[in-house]
Amino acid sequence: MTSHFLLMIVFACLVSVVFATLLRDEPRAQLRTGALMLGAFVAAALALGWLMYPLPL
Amino acid sequence: MKGMATKSTTVERARAAAEPGTLVLLCLAAWALPGAGHFWLGRRQKALVFFLALSMMFGIGLALQGRIFPFDFSEPLVALAAIANLGLGIPWAVARMAGQGAGTVTAVTYEYGNTFLIVSGLLNFLVILDAFDVAMGRK
Repeated sequence: MTSHFLLMIVFACLVSVVFATLLRDEPRAQLRTGALMLGAFVAAALALGWLMYPLPL
Repeated sequence: MKGMATKSTTVERARAAAEPGTLVLLCLAAWALPGAGHFWLGRRQKALVFFLALSMMFGIGLALQGRIFPFDFSEPLVALAAIANLGLGIPWAVARMAGQGAGTVTAVTYEYGNTFLIVSGLLNFLVILDAFDVAMGRK
C-alpha cells in the first residue's frame, strides 16, 4: 500500500476515531465529531498540498 | 432504569479508583494495554474503540516498515520518538522482543510507518490522561 492519499485517509480516520471517542460520551455525538474531524483533516491536507505545490522542494 | 444502574456503577468504580495506589495501577494498566484503563472504569465502548484503533495504528506502522526508535539521548529527536513509541506499552514491548520495527529507511512508506507508530504512542498517552481524569471524577 503506497498510495499517499489512501494512507493519509487511513491515518485521519484512526486519529479522528480516537479524538471523537475521547471528547464525546454519546455514540451519536462521537459519530458527528469524528466525521467533522475527518473531513477537516482531509480538507486541510488537500488545501496545504495545493498551497505547497509551487514550492521548489 | 438500566441506564441509571450502569451510570451509578461507573461512578462507583470511578470513586473507588480515586485511591492513590489504585490510580497508579489504573494508569499502568492504561499504558500497558490501550483502553484497559477505561475498561477498568466500566467504559467498555470507549475501551474497545481505543484498543482497536490504537492497536491497528501500531500494526499498520509496523507493516509500513516504520522504525521503533532506540533510546539514543545523543540524538534528541530520536530520543523523543523513542519516548513516543514507548506510549503503547505491551504492543511496543512485544514488537521489540520479536525483532519488529527495525525500519527500512529505503522503503517508500518508511516515514508513514514512523508517523503511525509515533502517533499511536502519543494518542495512548492522551487516553491514559483521560482515564486518570475519569478516575478523579473530573469527567
